[in-house]
Amino acid sequence: MSLSYAYYPGCSGLGTSLEYDTSTRALCRSLGIELVEIPDWNCCGSTPAHAVDHLLSACLVGRNLGIADDMAEERKLDGIITPCPSCLKNLKTTQHRLADPEFHRKVELVVGRTLKAELPIKSVLQVVVEDLGIQALAKLVKEPLKGLKVVPYYGCIMVRPPQIMQFDDPENPMALDNLLAELGAEVLPFPLKTDCCGASLGTTRKDVIAKLSGRVLDAAEEAGADAIVTACPLCQMNLDMRQSQINRANHSGHNMPVFYYSQLAGLAAGQGETSTMLDKLCVSPRPLLAALAGHTGEGA
Amino acid sequence: MNIGVFVCHCGSNIAGTVDTEAVAKAALGFREVVFATDTMYACSEPGQAGIVDAIKEYDLDGVVVASCTPRMHEATFRRTLERAGLNKYMFEMANIREHVSWVGKDKEANTRKAGELVHMAVEKLRRNDYLQAGEFEINKRVMVIGGGVAGIQAALDCADGGLEVILVEREPSIGGKMSKLDKTFPTVDCSSCILGPKMVDVAQHPNITLYTLSEVDSVKGFVGNFDVTVRRKAAYVDWDACTGCGECTTKCPSKKTPDRFNEFIGTTTAINIPFPQAIPKKASINADACIKLTKGKCGVCAKVCPTEAIRFDQQDELVTEQVGAIIAATGYDLFDFTKYGEYGGGRYPDVITSMQYERLLSASGPTEGHIKRPSDGAEPKDIVFIQCVGSRDKSIGRPYCSGFCCMYTAKQTILTKDHMPDSQSYVFYMDIRAPGKNYDEFTRRAMEEYGARYIRGRVSAIQPKNGRYLVKGADTLLGQQVEIEADLVVLAVGAEAAKGAGELAEKLRISYDPYGFFLEGHPKLKPVETNTAGIYLAGSCQGPKDIPSSVAQGDAAAAKVLALFSKDKLASDPQVSGVKLVRCIGCGKCESVCPFGAIEMIDFRGMTKASVIETVCQGCGVCTAACPQGAIQLSHFTDNQILAEVNTLCL
Repeated sequence: MSLSYAYYPGCSGLGTSLEYDTSTRALCRSLGIELVEIPDWNCCGSTPAHAVDHLLSACLVGRNLGIADDMAEERKLDGIITPCPSCLKNLKTTQHRLADPEFHRKVELVVGRTLKAELPIKSVLQVVVEDLGIQALAKLVKEPLKGLKVVPYYGCIMVRPPQIMQFDDPENPMALDNLLAELGAEVLPFPLKTDCCGASLGTTRKDVIAKLSGRVLDAAEEAGADAIVTACPLCQMNLDMRQSQINRANHSGHNMPVFYYSQLAGLAAGQGETSTMLDKLCVSPRPLLAALAGHTGEGA
Repeated sequence: MNIGVFVCHCGSNIAGTVDTEAVAKAALGFREVVFATDTMYACSEPGQAGIVDAIKEYDLDGVVVASCTPRMHEATFRRTLERAGLNKYMFEMANIREHVSWVGKDKEANTRKAGELVHMAVEKLRRNDYLQAGEFEINKRVMVIGGGVAGIQAALDCADGGLEVILVEREPSIGGKMSKLDKTFPTVDCSSCILGPKMVDVAQHPNITLYTLSEVDSVKGFVGNFDVTVRRKAAYVDWDACTGCGECTTKCPSKKTPDRFNEFIGTTTAINIPFPQAIPKKASINADACIKLTKGKCGVCAKVCPTEAIRFDQQDELVTEQVGAIIAATGYDLFDFTKYGEYGGGRYPDVITSMQYERLLSASGPTEGHIKRPSDGAEPKDIVFIQCVGSRDKSIGRPYCSGFCCMYTAKQTILTKDHMPDSQSYVFYMDIRAPGKNYDEFTRRAMEEYGARYIRGRVSAIQPKNGRYLVKGADTLLGQQVEIEADLVVLAVGAEAAKGAGELAEKLRISYDPYGFFLEGHPKLKPVETNTAGIYLAGSCQGPKDIPSSVAQGDAAAAKVLALFSKDKLASDPQVSGVKLVRCIGCGKCESVCPFGAIEMIDFRGMTKASVIETVCQGCGVCTAACPQGAIQLSHFTDNQILAEVNTLCL
């Protein structure tokens, strides 16, 4: 089965989460999923726009959806995908709101073009798990992540709100759990898998991040995890980049690598840590990976 | 024909938006109307007296009342006509309340529409016949479906009243939900101690035939003459031979069978007697767990049984019973708590339901009355109770209040303190609903004397933490978030309709609401009747009820049956279909569309013809619509009458 998608990397994919974007593209390539980047895409408005004005948010997204419409006229597309849950939420919410003809008319007026916005919109994770099927990963795995104990962290918006996201169980999602298990990792039950990390409050209220992300780190440690695995650039940044700030604020001593699932997929596929851009992580996973390699008796 | 028209004000219900005087005036211009008036309350005593007087004074042959729905008062006014010496079917009702005044505010349009409805009724009445009710015999036996406390009460009352009763229960023992409870509120008396004797009475009563492990398969017939087929499911034990000695259960090697009676919180054997006070006290085999039935090996029970009662080849058996009335008392089921993913029900071993907790509290439960956590058997210290799990929550399709959860939670906090004085109970609630006798006092006692800490707010999530549970919620009185660490979480699950309630309702031909609870005849004035004559309701099959209400309704249903059976014959409704044999071509369309099986094809002088079983016909009229020949006609609703109405409105 060959799948072809309009790819929306999102702003963080080109900046703070370059490693997510790169490893996602690599993962899709090795799984035979064709990604066609939406040309001249613009920011979806991220977290602030929808908080200020629904129309503004919808118009920012609307332009991108319009370009994807044009792409779909030229070639066969299975839908639009993005690795970032926040972008995904904006894309899907806009599509949902455009079902209202009055709102649809307004957005078209502002964007200055007609919009169909009918392509299915999914996260890369959802495509891998649902459209491709998790068994497809098995063929990819060359070096199973034996002995690596991880907790999957979905964040609060990957599966919510359920009536819009329409993916997995909103309270106890299992997509990431199953995927990581397929890669050979030991996936521990993680009660905080859908809790909020504090999201973009990191820029204005570090105390909130220290509390919420701190709790996620504490729970991961208590569960006995070696690492946290995320699917969200914002979650990853709060848990990884701010980990030392959180440690200071909470008087904790976490040293917990926070991977993107696509990076671990790359490792399991034998792409090596350079191509999966592990050096972009703030909390270095090297000691952990070295210890694992030693444990399994393979060279680092 | 002399027709009188009475236009009711219904206070301001109708007169507020309909010019009733103008309607009456207009009615005087309709054919054969010799008298018309508006009246304040047609259904009141003076209102009815006015109708009787007018019938006599103007020598009326028929009456039209324009007022509310015929469901409410048609029978009332027909009696009025009878009092005045008229045939009670020379009456028509125009519904100008539900169909006019309650749905529109435009007085002019309303008045016009009311006038048209009255005109239609007059034209229909002009073609009415003097119908006469027939009589038929009734079978004075009653079937009670459901052996919970409501069904038991109804069965005992009927049996004490001299009726022969057949009690059908789908579980192996009667007793229902009440038999699983440890104590009852607000008296904190032992549940099985007050129910047990009643269960024994059922077993010993000479007028009661008890079918447990049985379900109603099909229902045919009508009030006074029902044929009910009951499926007696295979117990794999000959209950005539079984003495309930329990020898088989002690020797059965399949000891890990999930225990239904203990809400799956303990295990039992594949052959078992559900609980010590079970009625009947007979063993039955769980076919899914039995090694002999699944793998063909074992058979230990058959070897040890002193009366050789084990029958591995037993099959379901169908029994047909003739009864004159049916009481449905099928109770409720508990809400499936796994639907709340955020509470982790089903995933976290120490998040349990209130009924599971009840079994932990019970001396006959799996822990012999010691409160132990299912995960490790430790005694919990901090216990959080969460109310309204599956009640008053539109998002999971349960917008109604289950009614008894506030009370049983209060009871469980009191029992918890009695069992473990150093424990602490926390109760998350939305608001306390304790309207019964001594109920509010009881919940106060839980808070004030037993120190249960009540927190007003919903719980958002439960997360395991260090072998305990972190319960995250809101205290909406303090306006802040709260987190409580608990050893055990008890979800006060709400009630939902019993599984299969909808299917049973369709077999019984009674209505049910969107949630599967059976509908009473009238929410206020017919609380135990259904819209199907001869079928009555008792207990939680109608909606969640506590024990006193269930018992009271069981009594009431029995009283209704006794009143029904106080006559030897019942009057049949003459508003039924009839076949004009010369027109009937015997195509059988009417037979195939009749939802009540009231039409049979007969041989008439060598030709096939349709024939209506008048006592079964419900007068729905489907057959008359289906008949290509117009050969089958519904009395009181003939084609001529319907066409007259249509012509009146359209021409």
